[in-house]
Amino acid sequence: MIDIDKWKEILLTLSKNKLRTALTMFGVFWGIFMLVIMLGAGNGLQNGVMYEMAGVATNSFWMWGSRTTVPYKGLKPGRFIRFNNDDTKAILENVKELKHFSPCNQLGGYQGTNIVARKNNSGTFNVMGLYPEIRYIESVGIDAGRFLNEKDISDNRKVAIIGQKVRDILFTPDEDPIGDAIKINGVYFKVVGVSNPGKRKGNSADEEREKIFIPISTFQQAFNYGDKVGWYAATAKDGYSASIVEEKIKAILKKRHKVAEEDQNAIGSYNSEENYLETLSIFTGIKSFVGIVGFLTLLAGSIGIANIMLIIVKERTKEIGVRKALGARPSNIIAMVLQESVLLTIISGFFGLVLGIMLLDTVSFAMSGMSDNSDVPFRNPEISSAIAIGALIILIITGIIAGLIPASIAAKIKPVSALSAE
Amino acid sequence: MVTLNSINKSYPVGKSNYLHVLKGIDLVIDKGELVSIMGPSGSGKSTLLNILGILDSYDDGEYILEDVVMKNLSEKQSAFYRNKFLGFVFQSFNLLPFKNAMENVALPLYYQKVGRKDRNRIALNYLDKFGLKDWATHMPNELSGGQKQRVAIARAMINKPSVILADEPTGALDSHTSEEVMQIFRDVNKEGTTVIIVTHDREVSGRTDRVISLRDGIIEHSGNAELNKEIA
Repeated sequence: MIDIDKWKEILLTLSKNKLRTALTMFGVFWGIFMLVIMLGAGNGLQNGVMYEMAGVATNSFWMWGSRTTVPYKGLKPGRFIRFNNDDTKAILENVKELKHFSPCNQLGGYQGTNIVARKNNSGTFNVMGLYPEIRYIESVGIDAGRFLNEKDISDNRKVAIIGQKVRDILFTPDEDPIGDAIKINGVYFKVVGVSNPGKRKGNSADEEREKIFIPISTFQQAFNYGDKVGWYAATAKDGYSASIVEEKIKAILKKRHKVAEEDQNAIGSYNSEENYLETLSIFTGIKSFVGIVGFLTLLAGSIGIANIMLIIVKERTKEIGVRKALGARPSNIIAMVLQESVLLTIISGFFGLVLGIMLLDTVSFAMSGMSDNSDVPFRNPEISSAIAIGALIILIITGIIAGLIPASIAAKIKPVSALSAE
Repeated sequence: MVTLNSINKSYPVGKSNYLHVLKGIDLVIDKGELVSIMGPSGSGKSTLLNILGILDSYDDGEYILEDVVMKNLSEKQSAFYRNKFLGFVFQSFNLLPFKNAMENVALPLYYQKVGRKDRNRIALNYLDKFGLKDWATHMPNELSGGQKQRVAIARAMINKPSVILADEPTGALDSHTSEEVMQIFRDVNKEGTTVIIVTHDREVSGRTDRVISLRDGIIEHSGNAELNKEIA
């Protein structure tokens, strides 16, 4: 194959037939170009969604009380299940598979907001009562000061960690919020830290910046929540499935609150593991679909090449006849057609690959200026080098297959009939 | 040396009929002869040329070229013998339009795996011999008919064949150019190459040493050109 002379001969033939060469090349160029673009776009979509999902542990789950739907031990359905501190204790005692766990309360209920004031400034924020471990479940970072600790909980300390936006609204840039006081529902709290959204991106990061974290014990006492708990957030230990741990906790809670085992609605839950796996499987589906479409486009391209090579062979009947009369063996003719087809496929495919990757890079570059909070779930369209190399291998095989039929037809051309074809 | 012993060739016509084109051809052409094959259309002269050129097979008989029996050859073998023993010159020149004169001449050497530089150098020598050195880099469409045929003859000569087969080599040329081309064939022949020309032009056959007349698939007459004229 490393016969430079032979390749010069092929290049010469191709360069002397520019239109034919260009036409042949376009099909494969387009096929591989589309394959790259579609696979890249698929990856971009996945990257975008994964980016949005980042920051939430993939083995975490949330659980909240809801209404019962099944009568149980003389209790009517429609009862509202409320978690309490004893539930928390029971869970912590009985479920050893938990890595992080936090009971949660929000002032004003789930997604409720409250006016928080400091000196002459005030704003509407989400006030959360939590355990310190929440920072590992929902990815909370610290900009200044500290986060909640065990002592805050056990001593019912009136301390608060405020989000970045809370700080920006309640404090001027030259003021240090640490050690200062804010007033929530008439109760003063001492600011001990400023949080940031950690790995969270997009909308969920914005929400995080508007939060105020206080110890759940203080929360219950200060805002008259008694021993009520709004919901639980947790992650499973490594090696344990979040779904299984979730079921175990649900069973404990159902027993404690006299809920029928088969009642699916009394305790609501959201499991990021399930969500994550579901999203992953959707993308596996999208990617295989895109791959199939791209591959079929490539196939169409190679059928195009085979077609054009057939026409070329027909058009070159006389030339092939002459070559045979001058001593070309059938293998020479087959090699000639095959090599031309493979060379065309590889060169045009390579251009398709390079141009496709360049387009993806351009899009990637244009989007790099996009803010972190953009809602467009599309990011870093790219294809892996393994796919790129795989595509090149497919191209070579495609070129050979596309050339095979025309080549064998060319090899069968009789020099006599070729010479008489005027 | 070319020897044909009772060569028969039929072509199928329709499903069950055969057209018997060559009906037992016996012919010996010695080394260094300049021979023409004449005959009206349908006489079988093209078929005879194709068999002589190992471009077509025959049904029975025997064709011996340079002591090799040319029978039941594979495509590969016939390509090998064509390249080794034969040079072809066609009526319509059959130069490859996308190759220049030198590359066209060098083509047979390509199939002998001679390197590009070497074969182009040899091709240039042959072009020089036929007075076309200055036209070496010209494409066929930039050459006159006579020049094209001289390029084609150079191409037929480059593999030093023992036999040159020419099919109506002057059919597309004016009489003056035909004269020139025939002179080239005579020169080539003088150097020892056997030349067989198929033609229906008496001017052409008149300039060969022996004329073989073909009619209805058999050799009607074979002999010296002058003698032929008298008979006609």
